Amino acid sequence: MKPNPTIALGEAHVGFRGRIHQLSVNGSSTGLPGPELERRLLELGFVEGADVELLHQGLFGGDPIAVRVADTTIALRRREAMAILVTAAASS
Amino acid sequence: MSVTVVAPPVVALVGNPNCGKTALFNALTGSRQKVANYPGVTIEKKVGPLTTPAGRSIQVVDLPGTYSLRARSPDEEITRDVVLGRLKSEVVPDLIVCVGDASNLRLALRLALELKRVGRPVMLSLNMMDIARKRGISIDVERLSRELGVPVVESVAVRRGGIDALLAGIDKRLDEQLKSGEADWQPPDAGALRVGQREADRLLAAAVRGPGERDSLTARVDSVLLHPVIGLLILLAILFVMFQAVFAWAAPAMDGIEAAFHWLGDQVQGAPLPDLLKSFLKDGLIGGVGAVIVFLPQIVILFFFILVLEDLGYMARAAFLMDRIMGGAGLHGRAFIPLLSSFACAIPGIMSTRVIDNRRDRLTTILVAPLMTCSARIPVYTLIIGAFIPDREVWGFVGLQGLVMFGLYSTGIVGALTVSFVLKRLIWRDTPGEPFMLELPDYKMPRAKSLAIGLWARATAFLKRAGTTIASMMILIWFLASFPQAPEGATDPAISYSLAAMIGSAIQPLTAPLGFNWQINVALIPGMAAREVAVGSLGTIYSIAGGEEATEQIGRALVASWSLGTALALLAWYVFAPQCASTLAVIRRETGGWRWMWITFAYMLALAYVAALATYQIARALGAG
Repeated sequence: MKPNPTIALGEAHVGFRGRIHQLSVNGSSTGLPGPELERRLLELGFVEGADVELLHQGLFGGDPIAVRVADTTIALRRREAMAILVTAAASS
Repeated sequence: MSVTVVAPPVVALVGNPNCGKTALFNALTGSRQKVANYPGVTIEKKVGPLTTPAGRSIQVVDLPGTYSLRARSPDEEITRDVVLGRLKSEVVPDLIVCVGDASNLRLALRLALELKRVGRPVMLSLNMMDIARKRGISIDVERLSRELGVPVVESVAVRRGGIDALLAGIDKRLDEQLKSGEADWQPPDAGALRVGQREADRLLAAAVRGPGERDSLTARVDSVLLHPVIGLLILLAILFVMFQAVFAWAAPAMDGIEAAFHWLGDQVQGAPLPDLLKSFLKDGLIGGVGAVIVFLPQIVILFFFILVLEDLGYMARAAFLMDRIMGGAGLHGRAFIPLLSSFACAIPGIMSTRVIDNRRDRLTTILVAPLMTCSARIPVYTLIIGAFIPDREVWGFVGLQGLVMFGLYSTGIVGALTVSFVLKRLIWRDTPGEPFMLELPDYKMPRAKSLAIGLWARATAFLKRAGTTIASMMILIWFLASFPQAPEGATDPAISYSLAAMIGSAIQPLTAPLGFNWQINVALIPGMAAREVAVGSLGTIYSIAGGEEATEQIGRALVASWSLGTALALLAWYVFAPQCASTLAVIRRETGGWRWMWITFAYMLALAYVAALATYQIARALGAG
């Protein structure tokens, strides 16, 4: 069995379930400096190992997205979510 | 024996947004709470006295919600500075109560761990315990307390007796006479946040047993309300109902208030008082303040909707749905409701910008809110359109008058979007754009008591302002329009001898390129009190007796003395002009200083001048001058 590939949460589709693999804020195109973005994501519970599920998305460009992180639901834009690298859960 | 007055111990409530902290604060302090501002900033400072079961008098402070003491916004800076005792004006809290939503403790536990490092006595209150239990979550309070190293109590803010354990806990904690411990709080970096969150997750695993699933009601409701298409349609429907309510439900109450002030004015008129005093009381004070207080029913209804939607947890969803649409113009998703409210009146619109956490986004919204066509502009638009725009159809089915009205509304909206876009590009180019990151809380039933307290606070704040800042502005405007008084046997209307007329004539060279005559200039000055007052003033200046049926006569007088170009230029002016002293007063208060009020005044004046100038000159070039 080969391991599931790692993708950015910002590219995921509605219904995606997985686990946070890593936060990668280098080269992020958001208005915030990388370290600041990393801290804000951590404060909202986006920590390596946490379970995530992409619940909803907006009408235009599928943006923003609503993400379940552990037992909290967070809305954010795909641009920021590009910094969250996730591994898809094994399909059951 | 000398008596020393000991200041009551201060207990500060700190917690994540949406943790039910405000409901808990309301339960603790009820109607005894006071809402003021922290010095120099617009952040609400909520304090209330409380007597504990042990008979101890304490002060409870409700601090702005935050995820960390790291402080990313001015609100969160207040929380940080009060907790760390850095604010000179504030007393250092003797006890910090960290409030956490019992069914959503993950982020709250990390905050509690961070608060422990401040070195002051801390306790954790597991709030909304009733909801957590209903969802099948059980918490081993003793274990959590032992592992976390601070006392933990349960609380249910909305139920009688639900805060007994918290009160007892506060008493016990204050009895311990704890010396402040070692303060080693540093702004946490990414590493510290990771360690903190992992520790919080460990505590959670050790002491909390739960379903680990989403609240099924929230999940079901969200599948509809956050649907990309249906969700937007429902949002529009909610807004439509809200606006119907603001205009239709408020009308009887507004008529009542108007009648009451009219009656009051008549009483003064009939009283044996000197004419000047009568004029001051009737036209200056009663008329001026009445013109503002008449908006109170609209404000109460609007805030009723806003508070219900906020308490339900829908506001965050509305921001989610609108973010992309508003974002294009540099506005935050949450700016949507305040801007829409401004179609009724900019005052409640600006007051409701408090739902926007980020100061920059909030300032942008406040700055552009007065460009939305408020209901006070309608009488002026109606007068001029009725008099100058022919009542005929274009393209076979659209009324030309209605089309012009629509054009004026659209110009206001386009103007607001353009200004916010320019602000984003020019002024705030160097400050990083605030990313849209927002917790979507589980839906909760709003509580009547909490709503009542919120509405009461909003209504009294508005009335207090109408009684102070706005009343003094009205008196100034009355003074300008009344002095010096007309000489004996004067034939012209009294206002033509006043300071207002002198100012009107003095600025004549400036407004001549706009096609304005001195009469318009004069009418604009009392229009500062409330935009619609300009209609009555034009009536006075053109010597037309007042009354409801007078509008048509005023219209005929205007057609006789103005060109079409002048009329159109005045409409263009009215779309943009900072023609409302009370709005400016609210901006001053909400932004915590004069600076942003003057910036708003200046940019709107400039826009109004350019728009009117262009309109008049183009109309003249086309032969309508």
